[in-house]
Amino acid sequence: MINEYKLVIPKSIKEQLFEHALSINPIESCGYLGGKDGEVTVFYPMTNVDNSPEHFSFDPKEQFATVKSARNEGLSLIGVYHSHPETPARLSDEDLKLFNDPDPVYIIVSLKNEKPDMAGFKIFKEDENTIEVHKVNLIERGD
Amino acid sequence: MKLTINGEAAEFEEASFSVSELLKRKDVKMPDMVSVEYNGDMLDRENFDSTMVKDGDQLEFLYFMGGGQ
Repeated sequence: MINEYKLVIPKSIKEQLFEHALSINPIESCGYLGGKDGEVTVFYPMTNVDNSPEHFSFDPKEQFATVKSARNEGLSLIGVYHSHPETPARLSDEDLKLFNDPDPVYIIVSLKNEKPDMAGFKIFKEDENTIEVHKVNLIERGD
Repeated sequence: MKLTINGEAAEFEEASFSVSELLKRKDVKMPDMVSVEYNGDMLDRENFDSTMVKDGDQLEFLYFMGGGQ
């Protein structure tokens, strides 16, 4: 099967995600990825207002500020990431339940194992019972 | 009326309608999960029906973002 979804992430930004996730662990970390044409160029760390090891929520005021900042730089928010401190890099039931924004690639950074890893997903949700999930090919690019 | 929605110009035949109507027209499927900024201020969800947008208004809306392992 051909995977048509892909996202290019520079190695330095991948490392920033891992560092951010580890720095907040065991609290779940989160953030936006800005870029264009399917290539990430900037990482925006966000506050997890839940401050929880099991949940995350963005602060809407911070979201609006980040959206405007990206727009002013000619970028779109093409990815959203959060960490799973103790579970694999896959979408949880809660991730799918609270999923709303159909545009960005959803990236999970797992800290379950000694070495962090990540996976990306594109989600299409018609309603609570009709959800399509596609794996996204995360292409690491050297800086 | 002419509005600016998420930084982009938009034009409607009507002189005014509610924020809820605007979200409907922008094909927002889950309005309960959307945050709205109206002319620079966050708008309480309970006021989506009663707040009427008009010519020159600036609106931003985005989806609640959350989840968990």
